[in-house]
Amino acid sequence: MPRLSWRTAEIVAVHRETAHARRLALRVEGWPGHDAGQHVDVRLTAADGYQAQRSYSVSSAPATPELELLVDCVPDGEVSPYLTREARVGDRFELRGPIGGYFVWTAAYGGPLLLIAGGSGIAPLASILAYRAAAARGIVTRLLYSVRTAEDIIFKERLQSWKKDPALAITLTLTRSAPPDWNGYRGRIDAAMLREVAFAAAEAPLAYVCGPTAMVEHVADALVSLGYPAGRVRTERFGPSGEST
Amino acid sequence: MNTSDDANASRVPAALDGNAAAGLLQQIFAIDMTMAQITCGGCQSVQPLAALRLYGLPMGNILRCPRCESTLIRAVARDRECWLDLRGVAALHLRLSS
Amino acid sequence: MAADEKSPVSRGFVGRRRSPAEAERVPPGQYVTLDFPILSAGPTPHTPLEQWSFALQHGTQRLAEWSWPKFQALKQTSVTVDIHCVTKWSKLDTRWVGVTFDTLLEAAGLASPPTAYVMAYSDGGYTTNLPVADLVNGQALIVTKFDDAPLAPGHGGPARLLVPHLYFWKSAKWVRGLSFIAEDKPGFWESLGYNIYGDPWKEQRYAGD
Repeated sequence: MPRLSWRTAEIVAVHRETAHARRLALRVEGWPGHDAGQHVDVRLTAADGYQAQRSYSVSSAPATPELELLVDCVPDGEVSPYLTREARVGDRFELRGPIGGYFVWTAAYGGPLLLIAGGSGIAPLASILAYRAAAARGIVTRLLYSVRTAEDIIFKERLQSWKKDPALAITLTLTRSAPPDWNGYRGRIDAAMLREVAFAAAEAPLAYVCGPTAMVEHVADALVSLGYPAGRVRTERFGPSGEST
Repeated sequence: MNTSDDANASRVPAALDGNAAAGLLQQIFAIDMTMAQITCGGCQSVQPLAALRLYGLPMGNILRCPRCESTLIRAVARDRECWLDLRGVAALHLRLSS
Repeated sequence: MAADEKSPVSRGFVGRRRSPAEAERVPPGQYVTLDFPILSAGPTPHTPLEQWSFALQHGTQRLAEWSWPKFQALKQTSVTVDIHCVTKWSKLDTRWVGVTFDTLLEAAGLASPPTAYVMAYSDGGYTTNLPVADLVNGQALIVTKFDDAPLAPGHGGPARLLVPHLYFWKSAKWVRGLSFIAEDKPGFWESLGYNIYGDPWKEQRYAGD
């Protein structure tokens, strides 16, 4: 594995996902490719030399030539407001990666696979699901995705297309408000919801939980209380974000 | 992954985890450290580095035990040098690729 | 401080909300912010005030100790100062209330400090070292109020050290005491490559600066 070095990324497309989330398609010189679930470090440099650095999960499938990052605008943030409101096609910044072998899933790990996301925590799981759709459709998988309102659902089109896979079950829960015709869950993910939605521990599932820190810790603890061995629950905590459960 | 834009005056940034330290540590060790099994020198519990609680950004990376909050790893890395304190780690277990 | 010359500039990126300010108030390499970013080396401690105390220590000898009510009964001083973080943000005209180091020495019955250096120590294990010469004559306070309100836990409450003429990592949050030491010794960040002294006007950010 080579030592990490900073590469230049150029924005080739910006897509609106929700009112405050954007996905950026990037061309990165010499990009070596990534495993599903990995992330990158992003570094911005201002004209006067000031620098700021953050990490973002790669939301695209491993084999695509362009990298995709999902950025959620954090109020009063320093980097995300720039990436979601100012950055445009042609802009450049530095990027280092891919990073992180812990939160990776590959078909060799097997299933059944439980993916739980809060808000923008869907980003690394989107990479896992895209990889799975291309290379491992047979693995029985459940996605549980928690957002505040229906307008905050990220990757709506991809969720629609993934839903067609009979081996993949997608469950959504809205924590703040739901439209009158909503037939998903309501409220934060808790042990009761997981008892209904998650695989039984006896099936020896592998779980990946990603989202705001408080949500991740609550869900991971609940899974362990349902009998999941701690080593079979992989977690990735975001900081507080505009999206919280 | 979405490390916090921690600028809000009244909001303490929630702890990230060792995943967010992966880049800095790979810069130092030239290998992915997130899956290293870390034995806490304080309470002897063992978890992957990715599951440690991360503080100290942006001055450095301070990784603490999620069970007892002992400081396990302290790391500061700039472009051309780094500082590392591993005294809090009783043992570090890594699989080496063949 | 200039960026690595190889780093491409990200068009339109500025960073934290900036505020224009007179150049002479801003140390080199700093940017004035309207925010008040929080940086912590660990989780926020929550020591109940009934259990809180502040001490002056010399080796194993406790020179003085104040409970919260006793500490609040000491002479309180209000200051308005600029603060400068090594991560490059500066905040101007911050207002604090607390007890000066001079008041503490006097209340402890110390005609002069027993050594030339202190190590400040905090709940959670944080430490930072300072020369006594940088604490006397009103240069340092133990503050309990910020902006007319009790100091919030995230910003170091119930009490933090305030030494505004040095980089703000020296203003230890959750401070519980000052330990007089014979020789200067690096504290938490100083032992990880940050400057042993930390004068923002000489841009002493890192060891060797």
